[in-house]
Amino acid sequence: MARHTFRVWRGDANGGQLSDYEVEVNEGEVVLDVLHRLQATQTPDLAVRWNCKAGKCGSCSMEINGKPKLACMTRMSTFADGETVTVTPLRTFPVIRDLVTDVSFNFQKLREMPAFAPPPGLKPGEYRMQQVDVERSQEFRKCIECFLCQNVCHVIRDHEENKPAFSGPRLFIRAAELDMHPLDARTDRKEFAKEEQGLGYCNITKCCTEVCPEHIKITDNAIIPMKERVVDNRYDPLVWLGRKIFRRDQMPGYLGGPTQERLPVSEIVADRAGANSPYGDDITFPLPTESLTYEHTKED
Amino acid sequence: MTTTSAEPAAARPALGRRAAISAKHLRTDRWWVEPVYTVVGLSAWLIWGLVHTLLIRDYYFIEGPGYHYLTPFFSPCVNVECPPDSALLGRWAPSWVLPYAILSLPLLLLFRLTCYYYRRAYYRSYWLSPPACAVPDGHAKYTGETRFPLIMQNLHRYAFYAAVLVSIINTIDAVRSFWGTEGFGFGLGNILLVGNVVLLWAYTISCHSCRHIVGGRLKHFSRHPVRYRAWTFISRLNTRHKELAWITLGTLALVDIYILAIAAGWFSDPRFFN
Amino acid sequence: MTDNTQTSAASPAPRAQETVERHRYDVLVIGAGGAGLRAAIEARLAGKRTAIISKSLFGKAHTVMAEGGAAAAMGNVNPNDNWMVHFRDTMRGGKFLNNYRMAELHAKEAPERVWELETYGALFDRTKDGKISQRNFGGHEYPRLAHVGDRTGLELIRTLQQKIVSLQQEDKAELGDYEARVRVFAECTITDLLVTDGRIAGAIGYYRESGKIVLFEAPAIVLATGGVGKAYKVTSNSWEYTGDGHALALRAGATLINMEFLQFHPTGMVWPPSVRGILVTESVRGDGGVLRNTEGKRFMFDYVPDVFRSQYAETEEEADRWYTDPDNNRRPPELLPRDEVARAINAEVKAGRGTPAGGVYLDVSSRLPAEVILKKLPSMYHQFKELADVDITKQPMEVGPTCHYIMGGVEVDADTAATMVPGLFAAGEVSGGMHGSNRLGGNSLSDLLVFGKRAGEHAAKYVDSLSERPAVRPTDVQAAIGTILAPLTRAEGENPYAVWHELQDVMQSLVGIIRRKHELEEAIKRLEELRPRVASVKATGGRRFNPGWHLALDLRNMIVVSECVARAALEREESRGGHTREDFPTMDPKWRRLNLVCSLVGDQVTLTPKPVPKMPRELLALFDKAELKKYLTPEELAELDEPSESTGGAEAGRSN
Repeated sequence: MARHTFRVWRGDANGGQLSDYEVEVNEGEVVLDVLHRLQATQTPDLAVRWNCKAGKCGSCSMEINGKPKLACMTRMSTFADGETVTVTPLRTFPVIRDLVTDVSFNFQKLREMPAFAPPPGLKPGEYRMQQVDVERSQEFRKCIECFLCQNVCHVIRDHEENKPAFSGPRLFIRAAELDMHPLDARTDRKEFAKEEQGLGYCNITKCCTEVCPEHIKITDNAIIPMKERVVDNRYDPLVWLGRKIFRRDQMPGYLGGPTQERLPVSEIVADRAGANSPYGDDITFPLPTESLTYEHTKED
Repeated sequence: MTTTSAEPAAARPALGRRAAISAKHLRTDRWWVEPVYTVVGLSAWLIWGLVHTLLIRDYYFIEGPGYHYLTPFFSPCVNVECPPDSALLGRWAPSWVLPYAILSLPLLLLFRLTCYYYRRAYYRSYWLSPPACAVPDGHAKYTGETRFPLIMQNLHRYAFYAAVLVSIINTIDAVRSFWGTEGFGFGLGNILLVGNVVLLWAYTISCHSCRHIVGGRLKHFSRHPVRYRAWTFISRLNTRHKELAWITLGTLALVDIYILAIAAGWFSDPRFFN
Repeated sequence: MTDNTQTSAASPAPRAQETVERHRYDVLVIGAGGAGLRAAIEARLAGKRTAIISKSLFGKAHTVMAEGGAAAAMGNVNPNDNWMVHFRDTMRGGKFLNNYRMAELHAKEAPERVWELETYGALFDRTKDGKISQRNFGGHEYPRLAHVGDRTGLELIRTLQQKIVSLQQEDKAELGDYEARVRVFAECTITDLLVTDGRIAGAIGYYRESGKIVLFEAPAIVLATGGVGKAYKVTSNSWEYTGDGHALALRAGATLINMEFLQFHPTGMVWPPSVRGILVTESVRGDGGVLRNTEGKRFMFDYVPDVFRSQYAETEEEADRWYTDPDNNRRPPELLPRDEVARAINAEVKAGRGTPAGGVYLDVSSRLPAEVILKKLPSMYHQFKELADVDITKQPMEVGPTCHYIMGGVEVDADTAATMVPGLFAAGEVSGGMHGSNRLGGNSLSDLLVFGKRAGEHAAKYVDSLSERPAVRPTDVQAAIGTILAPLTRAEGENPYAVWHELQDVMQSLVGIIRRKHELEEAIKRLEELRPRVASVKATGGRRFNPGWHLALDLRNMIVVSECVARAALEREESRGGHTREDFPTMDPKWRRLNLVCSLVGDQVTLTPKPVPKMPRELLALFDKAELKKYLTPEELAELDEPSESTGGAEAGRSN
């Protein structure tokens, strides 16, 4: 058992201040436990947003001793005995009350991000993807949307005026996830990242990676690869020359252009007559019925 | 009964204000240590490099039966003033053209200047944009790498291609230094040159652009097993890109100072063979 | 879309100054977890204007906590798997108390629902030939759980969330407004359903953020609010799980069934105390983890019940071979259904062979190489590393049972998910019947997809069938507003946290895993004493994001649901699945034929027994006679032997 002073920001959009509370801390507790103890014993109306308390939902994002963190994953044992712990709301977003902020900026940006485009011609159950091809995107799908990366990013943290033009790291990993998705049918993800999401604003100072509670390598595995992909079709002189010479709709990276990588477009150069089978070339029809395991239910 | 339209919750503009916290930041750890070390380290290296390339002395060591080391800071030596047997690509640059390695040094500088790691390092430490996470950057306005000149950072890939060529030259230098007029032999200088070249290669191919070109740009790894293997290897190296960036600065300086020291005759190069 | 208006509540109200935000929708979905989102997608696809009420932020629902996977008999890993095997496993797991029709629909439709997720952008782990990989799980005969590492719930919720967004983008393209047809009301809590002339007319609640009252007029409502775990002290459930949907349904006139069946997940963390209850996924055992007591003994071999004797290994050697050769060996007893494992751990701890913190050891470190553990169980690794400072690649974990899931819930029609109240539908954990007396791991994610879709679909159909919409009565609105604001306006009253902790105490110690008659009676008595105290708690502070106030309102739901659980547990005099009576330690086939139905008469919880729907012969034919003997009464078995014209086998269930 140890005693700590908790300095908690109390207030709302009209102003507020840091208030001090003396609390008992038991072995093995995290910051969120202490905030709950404050609620139960000293100040029942202390506003804290939380949910799973296991680092899986990303609700209890706040700043602890100035660092963006999940309160449920910050162990009290990381502080020196008797150390004052300062807890403040996320700075980048408008405050609602106490430690709760209005994170709707992020949901707005998420809504502007074009969704996964299912490949035409493939029905549910016919998707075939190799594990090595989905692994990169799977890393980004670990994201719990705690928005700590969005909060720490100085592009909007220190420059409110950049908010309309800049989507933030959470959205860059979404862009990378979809651009690397083996079956996503859209080809304009790179254009979108550059033009609409403001990928160029990022100066790769890596704070997003530093604060990510899921340890997603946001900068190395998403932002830089996306920057490189933009370079592929924006700043590569060979591509630029190609644009001048060939028709635009045949270039990779153009919306509506060819979607499959390295597949001969024309039947003349393809190694078989007709188009490539969407089911994969190793399947012949009809399939043996005894291996089918699914039955359609009758409409009720 | 009033009939005003309810505004959509999610699309609501940020009406509220941020929490009014007076402190600029509340970090209690020694966040300033990293930027300070970075400034000290990078500045020291740059100053040393500038001083030695402009001093134009003790960059080439030759002794006995044609044993010779050329410091990477002067390779390839293309100035008419260069010692004849140090010149790999001929001597054609007029004597007032500095540095002597006019072909390689600007490209190497560009490679490191546009390198994704160094960008992080100097944006944070020199430009304070931001100096550390959750510490405010010191600028009123910020447009990142969307405009000239910083949009040129996107040319890193071409600098990478150039760096590969320069690394080849450095490799040839290191190999040539094993051969004197009387055949094969080596001393401590050779070992340092080789070590430096190996680490330079490691730094160069662990580059993010290289990782992208080798395999990162593919959508389906499963259709390109060889490139996938290469990508996996480079990805592993890439996680050490920062460390390699610093280590190679260190080895470059070490090799340069070592050659300067033996060329100036402060001590002699221990020979291990021949 | 000008029918979303604000209006002052009509006089002659006691609170004429209260401004109420008013919205009109076709389908209102309460709950933004897997079931709710899936229902909303279906309602929107049917062209209905749909609102989603989320108690927390969009995408934070408790579904994210599901780790193992979604059970669906796709047969990708073992081609012998099919819906009939899945159905059989589900019925077995639920000890034959399941609503057979729900179990049947679930087993048949789960694969299609999982495949659908891929078209929304989900990225499951893959098999070598590129199909969705499936993993083993307790109670499932074949590897059946579609999964993504150990974060399948997150993948599911994110996928559905992104599908909603993609539908909103379509609406934006077509109608110029993202929210033209689907709108998410985040951080909004519904406190009462409004029923007019016995039919659903709308719902009322408040925004957590501002404390403002919001009224929804909607003829069809889908409840998808999840469970009741927060009535217990040790639980894996998040704060939202306060039995809201159960209580809303009761107060609206619907009924609850099987409320005595609570699943205690066998493996929750037990140390440190602050994270007590947080789940340790079953995959740890599926992937080779074993349970040992403090004497180092793999004790599960001593706890295989006769019903399962033939399917589980008897020696450690056979059990270990099963991981690599499942076709020729029987599975390890660590993979018994959850209730069996939970009881076994409980017994070991009681016998003094548990750890000081009151758990047993779950060891994977001595069974798998560190890099395999990191690859297969990454979030478990992080959970233990960061919350308990335990490295699971080097040390065993300490685990014990934790309240995890309630099998009971709103009584619904199997095909339509409709409750007893016209216009009210329920799907997911809040509905009852599908899982019988015990749920198999992995069946909840598939359950919420299958029945979420059905609920949304039939809610939309119900709206189409209406000639006119029931109108919300202003007096109901006034009464509901009064209830919402009461805790804030009371001059005197107890701290809601104190009352809540007492309620948790009662449920944890008296209505826990092992139940006894006198304890249950005491629990009911204490709950009755708590009821007036719950009704008179006082919240300090204002209306903006005031957790004390929110808890005061949630308590009102928890107390009534707790009472249902306690009363049903007292009534059922047998042990079955998630209900264990020390004084009636065996299963009684007579009780298998009965569901206990809870309803609210006035403010009194009443219980009525109701026969369990009878399984048709064709489905019974899927089981061994010998197995059926363990569950059915002699009369039922005799009936089974009588000749009949109906055909059996694969046609089963098509005859509905």
